[in-house]
Amino acid sequence: MEKASIPVRIFRFYWEGFRSMTIGKTLWLIILIKLFIMFFVLKVFFFPNYLGRFDEPSEKQDYVSEELIRRATDN
Amino acid sequence: MIETIDSSLIDWSRAQFALTAIYHWLFVPITLGLGIVQAVMETIYYKTGDVFWKKTAQFWMKLFGINFAIGVATGLILEFEFGTNWSNYSWFVGDIFGAPLAIEGIVAFFMEATFIAVMFFGWNKVSKGFHLTSTWLTIVGATISAFWILVANAWMQYPAGMQFNPDTVRNEMASFWSVALSPVALNKFLHTVFSGWIIGSAFVVGIASWYLLKKREQRFALASVKVGAIFGALACILSIVTGDGSAHQVAQKQPMKLAAMEGLYEGSNGAGLVGVGVLNPAKKAYDDGKEAFLCKIEIPLMLSFFAERDLDAYVPGITNIIEGGYTQKDGSTALSAAEKMARGKLAIQALADYREAAKAKNDSLTQQARAALDANFNYFGYGYVNNPSDLIPPVSLTFYAFRLMVIFGGLLLLLFLVAAYLSYRNRFEGKRWLQWSCLISIFAAIAAGQAGWVVAEVGRQPWAIQDILPVSAAISNLSTASVQVTFFIFLALFTILLIAELKIMLNAIKKGPEINPSTLQQLNN
Ligand code: HEM
Repeated sequence: MEKASIPVRIFRFYWEGFRSMTIGKTLWLIILIKLFIMFFVLKVFFFPNYLGRFDEPSEKQDYVSEELIRRATDN
Repeated sequence: MIETIDSSLIDWSRAQFALTAIYHWLFVPITLGLGIVQAVMETIYYKTGDVFWKKTAQFWMKLFGINFAIGVATGLILEFEFGTNWSNYSWFVGDIFGAPLAIEGIVAFFMEATFIAVMFFGWNKVSKGFHLTSTWLTIVGATISAFWILVANAWMQYPAGMQFNPDTVRNEMASFWSVALSPVALNKFLHTVFSGWIIGSAFVVGIASWYLLKKREQRFALASVKVGAIFGALACILSIVTGDGSAHQVAQKQPMKLAAMEGLYEGSNGAGLVGVGVLNPAKKAYDDGKEAFLCKIEIPLMLSFFAERDLDAYVPGITNIIEGGYTQKDGSTALSAAEKMARGKLAIQALADYREAAKAKNDSLTQQARAALDANFNYFGYGYVNNPSDLIPPVSLTFYAFRLMVIFGGLLLLLFLVAAYLSYRNRFEGKRWLQWSCLISIFAAIAAGQAGWVVAEVGRQPWAIQDILPVSAAISNLSTASVQVTFFIFLALFTILLIAELKIMLNAIKKGPEINPSTLQQLNN
């Protein structure tokens, strides 16, 4: 039999590996559910980037510096 | 628009961060330790050609895979929390963490994706040598990832190698090597990795003991105990050596943390180390004149030695650090908390002046303000402190957590030594009390690791970045209710996932390695 090219052999290696998994399949399912919850639920709805509301870095700088100065003087 | 920060917001945000970190740290150390144990077992297979060792390594790899899947990506939530709950902090440190975290991401992804795949899929497809190399590189990759995260943590405890830029309000990396190879980072890395080795070994020895208690898989279990116990004893010794190094670093860079670890209010020359002790719950303030301890047993002079490598060295206590006035190692006189707070206020005022002058394009005022900022920046965070006693971390939690870590470390060393000795003398099998102890030691080792983080993180409060930024300035101006909601959502979701995943782990353990002696014989022939 002719030897397949390296990318094809690598692809087959992963493909056959994944196909012959037993416990691994359940684990992958859990990992995917977990990543889905993290990126599409937690990150989007519960952990937005607080400074994300500013478009420009200069606005972020101004906001953070104002906060840092005010919090010291408010004390 | 800006309201003052509510202390319950800080408490809930810290609780949320702690919960996530605790959860994350349940799995990471097992990965670090188990990864080495399985690589050692495969190395024995490589050297001897005995299929028994291949099967043994394969079983532990299965548990490694499950543990890896449970733990993977739980650390990402910590990064989300930085952006949401600690946004001032994230902005303030952005450049320092950018490089380490980017390297971490790339290295971890490529090493782990490649070598883990070969480790799991490659048994009959690649050569024995290549497989073994991949198994070792999997754990090397995981350990390198841990290195960069710990560099980031160490920088918060000892902010070396950076320069604050008042234009961007960010710290910029002045020297990559000072950040990456700071003594705090190196010690922390070694101590944390070795503590992971302890936890991984306890996991192996504990589960193997469970099989012996059930009178199952005896050859496999005894072989696992031998490897796990020797590796565990070695890891304990290395943890003690690096733990001593960590304590020395804490004494140099975070004396208040050391004082809290020891419940030390009044410092002295030739200070003793509290071996065991009960703190006085009636002591509420550093200056209330009450005794710190109800009772204690001290090891004379040891704290001075721990801190300064000199039996007679001076170790300041909490009161001394707050009142200042003592002579420091470099000959200078320690500032009092009040003096540091005044300098912190000067630094923050200088930042305000700088930004105003820069906006007005007034060069000479900008330069003046910059000089004042640079001169006082080391105390920047003290400008947020209202009361000197806010500089004291929770003493009892830090004190007891430190004792728990060290005492469990000692007991684990003893247990591993006894287990190693008896298993090599073929006397481990009959000792049910020892097998029970080994099983329980899994929880003791995990508890010691968690206690270590309590010492490191609770002990450095109120700082998000030592001396530069307290948590009250680092936190985002969110509503407490929104943080409470995310706290409970996280708790509920991850508890469900954890239960599902632990079930898979327990099922795999119950099923066992299934090493059949007659098949082994056929394979070996
Ligand atoms: C037996 C002697 C030990 C000593 C003297 C010791 C000392 C220390 C010290 C001083 C710290 C605080 C470091 C910092 O704040 O930067 C620390 C942290 C820590 N310890 Fe230990 N330790 C010992 C044993 C152990 C054991 C047995 C474990 C776990 C199995 C452990 C796990 C940790 C962890 C996970 C941390 C947090 C990470 C870090 O800051 O290094 N330690 N230890």
